[in-house]
Order: sequence, then C-alpha cells, then structure tokens
Amino acid sequence: MNSLNKVLTIVWKDVIAELRTKEMFSSMFVFALLLIVIFNFSFELRIEKAAEVAPGVLWVTFTFAGTLGLNRSLSLEVEQGSLDGLLLAPMERSAIYFGKMVGNLIFISAIEALMLPIFSALFDLNLIRPALLLTIFLGTLGFAAVGTLLSAMAVNTRAREVMLPVLLFPIILPVVISAVKATAGILDGLPLADLAHWLRFLIGFDIIFLVVSYMTFDYVVEG
Amino acid sequence: MIQIQGLVRSFGHTYALQGVDLEVAEGEFLTIVGPNGAGKTTLLRILATLLKPTSGLVRIDGLDLGSGGTEIRRRIGFVSHRPLLYGNLTVEENLHFYGRIYDVHPLEERVEMLVNLVGLEGRRHDPARTLSRGMQNRLSIARAIIHAPPLLLLDEPYTGLDQRATEMLRQLLQDISTESHTVVMTTHNLERGLELCDRLAILTGGRIVHQAEKASLTLADLRQAYWRHVEE
Repeated sequence: MNSLNKVLTIVWKDVIAELRTKEMFSSMFVFALLLIVIFNFSFELRIEKAAEVAPGVLWVTFTFAGTLGLNRSLSLEVEQGSLDGLLLAPMERSAIYFGKMVGNLIFISAIEALMLPIFSALFDLNLIRPALLLTIFLGTLGFAAVGTLLSAMAVNTRAREVMLPVLLFPIILPVVISAVKATAGILDGLPLADLAHWLRFLIGFDIIFLVVSYMTFDYVVEG
Repeated sequence: MIQIQGLVRSFGHTYALQGVDLEVAEGEFLTIVGPNGAGKTTLLRILATLLKPTSGLVRIDGLDLGSGGTEIRRRIGFVSHRPLLYGNLTVEENLHFYGRIYDVHPLEERVEMLVNLVGLEGRRHDPARTLSRGMQNRLSIARAIIHAPPLLLLDEPYTGLDQRATEMLRQLLQDISTESHTVVMTTHNLERGLELCDRLAILTGGRIVHQAEKASLTLADLRQAYWRHVEE
C-alpha cells in the first residue's frame, strides 16, 4: 500500500507537470498526426485497401509517437537533476519504475485516444470497438513497460535520442507483430476466439516485460 | 554518525577517491574543502547512496552502505549543487511531492513550517523555475530536510549565489545546524567553509590530507595548510 502511494505520487507529479507545459504531449500529438497524414497520402489509399494497411500504419504511428514520449519522460528528470531526488527517496526503486511507467502509459494512451477518431476519419474505418481498444491497451502496456526500462538505460548515454529506438525496436517487435495481427483480425471481423492466441501472446509479453523490468530497474539506475 | 575506511571510487581508469578515511560524530558540522576535481562531490554522492564505492567501508548511523540503502536514505538529506526540484511544480507542490515520497506526517504543517523557515511565503504558489538561484537553493534545503533527517549533506551550496543570497543561506544553515543535525558540507571557499563548521578537512587528489578542529584553526592557518597540500 505504501509503495502504491509512492507510485501514485510519482504519477501525480508527472501528470501535473505535463499539464502545465504540455511539452511532451504536444510533440507526441503533432508527430502522430503528421505520421498518419503522411502515410495516408503516400499510400494514395483507396477505400477497399484501407483495412489492409491500417493495422500496420496504426501501430507504426503509436510506436513512433510513443518513443518520442518515452525519450522525454526520463531525460526531463535527468536534465533538471530531479532523478537524483527520486533516487534519494527511502523507497524501493521499482516504485520509481512503476510511477514512470504508469505515467508513460497514461500519456501514450491519451495520444492514442485522440488519434483513433482522426485515423478512423482518414482511413474510413470504425476503430472504436471494444476488442480493438483491449488490443491497443495490451500493446501499449507492453510498449510502456519495456520502453520505460530502456529509456532509463538510454538516458545516461550521449546519443540518448538515437539509443532508445535502437534498443527498443528489436525488443518490442513481438508485441508490435502480435498487436498488428490482432488489430487486422478485428478489422477483418474475425470472432474474438480466433484472435485469442494473439491476445494471450500480448498478455504474456506484458507480464514478462513488467517482471523483468521490476527485477532489473535497480541495476539500471544505480551509480 | 559516519565511519569511512579506505574508501576508493574509480571511473574507468581514473580514481576520484583513493582511500579516504574519515569519521563524523553525531551533531558535528564537518566542512570538506578542496579544489575542483578533488573528489568532494563523489564522496558526498557515495554518502547519499547515489554512487557505489569501488571498495572500502562506509557506515552511516551504524548501517552498512551496501546493505542498508533504504534505511540510510531515510536518515539523509542531500543538497546538491543542482536543486533537484521540478521547475514546473510550485514551491508548495515540490515540497508536497517530496513529503509524500518520504512519508512525512502531518505534511501540511511541515510544508507550512518549511516555507516560512526558508523565507518563501510570498512565492509558495510560484513555479520553482521562476525563482532566483538563491531562492531555489533555499527551497532545495527545505526539500532536503522535509523528513527531518539526522544527517544533512551539502554539496557546494553557495555555488552561483550573490552576496545577499549567500548571507541568507549562511543564516539558514546556521539555524539548521543548531537543531542537532549532523552536517557534512563541501566547498572550495575556505572562508565560507570555516564559518559554520566544528571541524574542517582538506580533500585533494582523492585523499583527506589534513584535518583540524575549528577551535585550533584561523583562516590564515587554513589558507597556509590548504595551499601547501594542494600544491604538493
């Protein structure tokens, strides 16, 4: 309970600070919007082909925009020196990880919530479906889980903006593949039972990434 | 309060600390002076559990640094030369945030008391980034003592301050140190270093090369000893 309070305190701090500046949020939003528009025009989509490319475009957009947010999340702490303030606190360092991870999950989910109606309009698809929302949540959870850990690794390197995608994308690939397959199945109108294995795959990766990150975050941030 | 024996810390092939031996008694104010690159910040970051020693023994309040991390952090307040504040949070929000992660009860009263102590009553609703450097340093001290730690570590707290801000900070440190805090402060300013301390140590080249009680030390003696050791 005590650790949960500390996790929530870190989330509260990140949300309040972001609401004041909207620095990370606005850059993620603009970047995601530009990606969707560029994809839309570059494929010269015809309506009957939209569903074929939509899952890939959707997840590439979420992944790239999310990476931008992950990069800023911990680098802001390092730039203002406040990461030391967190590390000085008498709490398990995994509480810092979960606080930052939940914050990232909220920010990326908020961007996704804004992008879905825009994506639906541009690609003429109905994306507001419960099964699809569940898939997006599971994919985003896995992405934020491993992304937060890797951003903590990348933040102390010289080329951190480049280092995070280089570390993150190979590891996150199974999550992206599962999410794209599940999304494609949902848009094709397949019954949920036919997609269960992709969703189980996503849940499995989420659990693995969360447990591994919980166990290793202490070593990542120690001096 | 602090026992250090044979403390070594290296960064690759460079040794920042090369066998530091030091003891600080409870309630004592120790100033460590030394030139840039002497290892002062490294020593304080090790004591604050932000860095791990390469070798050597460090005990704080009887707790071994290697195994008592969380309990040691509960006993420490650390003022870095960076304020460790969130620029977009207000003065009060910064203190509330740190108070919550340090489990301070009752938090409202403690925040109110600290805001008054550091003289930021009129700026309590202003974002920390809008404060002057001196005000940020004072807020940083309020942040560091929000959980009333028995040990306060001050790393170059006067850096970048003008005359007035320096005087306010000196007065604040004097008030805090008389509340039976054990204080370890690093500085490269000999005069400032000597003002408040009970004992003074010279750190250079990663080693403590000289220690003296304040009672047996004048500023002229200190300058002489400092330049003799630093030039060696």
